[in-house]
Amino acid sequence: MIRDTQVPLSALPAGEVGLVRALTGGRGLVARLAALGFIPGTEVMMLQNFGRGPLLVAVRNTRVALGRGEAARIWVSRKRG
Amino acid sequence: MVERVSQAQRTITVALAGQPNVGKSTVFNLLTGLSQHVGNWPGKTVERKTGIHQHNGTIMRIVDLPGTYSLTANSLEERIARDYIIKERPDVVVAVADATALERNLYLVAELLSLPVPVIVALNMIDVAEQQGLHIEPHVLEAALGLPVVPMVATKGRGLTELVEAIARLAQGEVAYAPSRPRIREDHRAVLEELERLIADAVPEPYPNDWVALKLLEGDEELTRMIREQLAPERWEEVHSILRRHEDAVLAVAGGRYEWIGRMVRAAVTRPRAGQISLTERLDRVAAHPVWGLGLLLGVLGLVFFLTYAIGSPLQGLLEAHLVRAGADWAARLLAGAPAWLVGLVANGLIGGVGRVLTFLPILLVFFAAFGFLEDLGYMARAAYVMDRFMHRMGLHGKSFLPLFLGFGCNVPAVMGARVVEGERARLLTILVAPLVPCTARMAVLAFLVPIFFGRASTLVSWGLVAFNLLILVLLGIGLNKLVFRGERAAFIMELPLYHIPNLRTIGLFVWRRTAAFIRRAGTIILAVSVLIAALAALPSGELGSSYLAAIGRFLAPLGALMGLGWEMMVALLTSFVAKETAIATLGVLYGAGAGGEAGLAGILGSLLAPSAALAFLVVEMLFIPCAATVATIRQETGSWRWTLLDVALLLVLSLAMGLLVYQGARLLGWGT
Repeated sequence: MIRDTQVPLSALPAGEVGLVRALTGGRGLVARLAALGFIPGTEVMMLQNFGRGPLLVAVRNTRVALGRGEAARIWVSRKRG
Repeated sequence: MVERVSQAQRTITVALAGQPNVGKSTVFNLLTGLSQHVGNWPGKTVERKTGIHQHNGTIMRIVDLPGTYSLTANSLEERIARDYIIKERPDVVVAVADATALERNLYLVAELLSLPVPVIVALNMIDVAEQQGLHIEPHVLEAALGLPVVPMVATKGRGLTELVEAIARLAQGEVAYAPSRPRIREDHRAVLEELERLIADAVPEPYPNDWVALKLLEGDEELTRMIREQLAPERWEEVHSILRRHEDAVLAVAGGRYEWIGRMVRAAVTRPRAGQISLTERLDRVAAHPVWGLGLLLGVLGLVFFLTYAIGSPLQGLLEAHLVRAGADWAARLLAGAPAWLVGLVANGLIGGVGRVLTFLPILLVFFAAFGFLEDLGYMARAAYVMDRFMHRMGLHGKSFLPLFLGFGCNVPAVMGARVVEGERARLLTILVAPLVPCTARMAVLAFLVPIFFGRASTLVSWGLVAFNLLILVLLGIGLNKLVFRGERAAFIMELPLYHIPNLRTIGLFVWRRTAAFIRRAGTIILAVSVLIAALAALPSGELGSSYLAAIGRFLAPLGALMGLGWEMMVALLTSFVAKETAIATLGVLYGAGAGGEAGLAGILGSLLAPSAALAFLVVEMLFIPCAATVATIRQETGSWRWTLLDVALLLVLSLAMGLLVYQGARLLGWGT
């Protein structure tokens, strides 16, 4: 069974995959994130997250660096198998 | 016959669009060769490159649009690119796409397809994609998209002929052009149609109605303002309430585009097996690590500086000895009978000024080459990522690190390089603190003065001074951010490109463009200010000691006394406005070290100046107002005299206050007096 809990992307540990659920924040930021492919239903894999500072994710076959503040605006459900 | 003439005169306009780092510049250079013209977009600080390509009697005017991820009015670049396409209607738009990140790159294509211009996709870096096990069938993609797709390896010139032919055929209507266009996600189609109906008679030429409606749903501020001004108030209320109810529509628009992308690439792209760890991933485990990455960055910086000075300095010395001094001597001989002030003006002002620009070049060339190499390798994005956590403290983000790093070479390209920083405030803040990065010219002053006074502690003192500068930079950044920008912070979102083997042409171009900009901007200004200062130093009598410049120096003497500095040292500081290392030349003249050269000057200074005063001088010199070229560039890039003068005033007060503090502090402690 897959349990579905929504967390901000910034809370996703390295190596885990999340499914984008919602974007919060200003329109400008949402538009930029959406253009990069952060859209509900998209898989995001956390590549690097040390709990502080910026983090590194893989989305749609590219590596994207995000500030912690920006990552906190992306809500994902953790994929657990 | 008539037809032949008309064909020979045919001119078409081709715009190059593409995301950053996809090789768009390389394609542009291949197409235009030496016919390039570099200017600025009207009223903007964004570079505008145009050029000509001739093909079978057709003249293709190539316009390089700024690199953009999308066409929302988020940034200056995006606004320029879309305004150009909508208002100038080029005959063909070539979308240069990176084959290794096809999905991301097709996003821009999806945006272009909602504009009324024919599009060709130039699928670049197809070789790198193959290396990564990514297999793309251009014909399948072409069939899906319904528009020409040309596979390319721009760095090797492959695919260029095919691209040119595709452009010519499309412009002449020789190929069927029936693109599959992305649509907004199904749940928002009715809303979009409703909006289109409401604004139909209010959209001004040349904006396409459906595109404007789409952009309204995306929350585009510029177009929202335009429509609000065009619509009758009741009608606008209707539109506005729809937009408010559908604030999340931007996700439906972007989602629709990515659904379309998914359909386009499904059949055309075969991916490597999942789970395969790429080289990039392995390298990033070190390069992007908060601890190892920082260590690596420090090592890389150290190596860059070592190379810069190990290769650049001897060349600089050679130029100085054989070209500049010879030139000055030659001028002095030529003007043997002329009045002293004229000789001074020509030898010191004109030839000295040209020499200063010239002798900078070797160091800058090596530094820019190293920087260009690291950038093309893909490393600089990692450096920005690693530095983000530090830049944060100043209200900046990682991207600001790149222009600031460039500042170690010369502050002029650093200020210009701030263009890569997104967000007006972050960009302005980056520009304002950039002059505090110790440039090669200040390092030259440091390298000359420190050993005279500090003997075995020289290395320590030099590093200390550089570190002190950077500390002040950070503090000023924090202060400005808190007080002026009220802690606002720009978003840090950056794609990390895959590492790839650097291309010599790309690096060469990087070096050439930075160096050319330095010569254009700095060159002319350094020359002009050189002549001005030389005039002040030579008039009215031809004797520096009784010149206007000396009078200004004596006027400043009481201020200098507080730092243990004589009027000569104050004049030296003043003349460092020309270019920082001018300070030494000025001291040489003022202390009459003439025949003894720099060695003689060193002796005189050593006996005249207490170490505490020397330290104060160095501190002031390192922090002092930026050189004339940097000031002019700050003015140009901020477009504001207010910010420029504020920055100059801040640095002036800061540097003198620090100098005072150092000198008086040292005296209090009874050191070095």
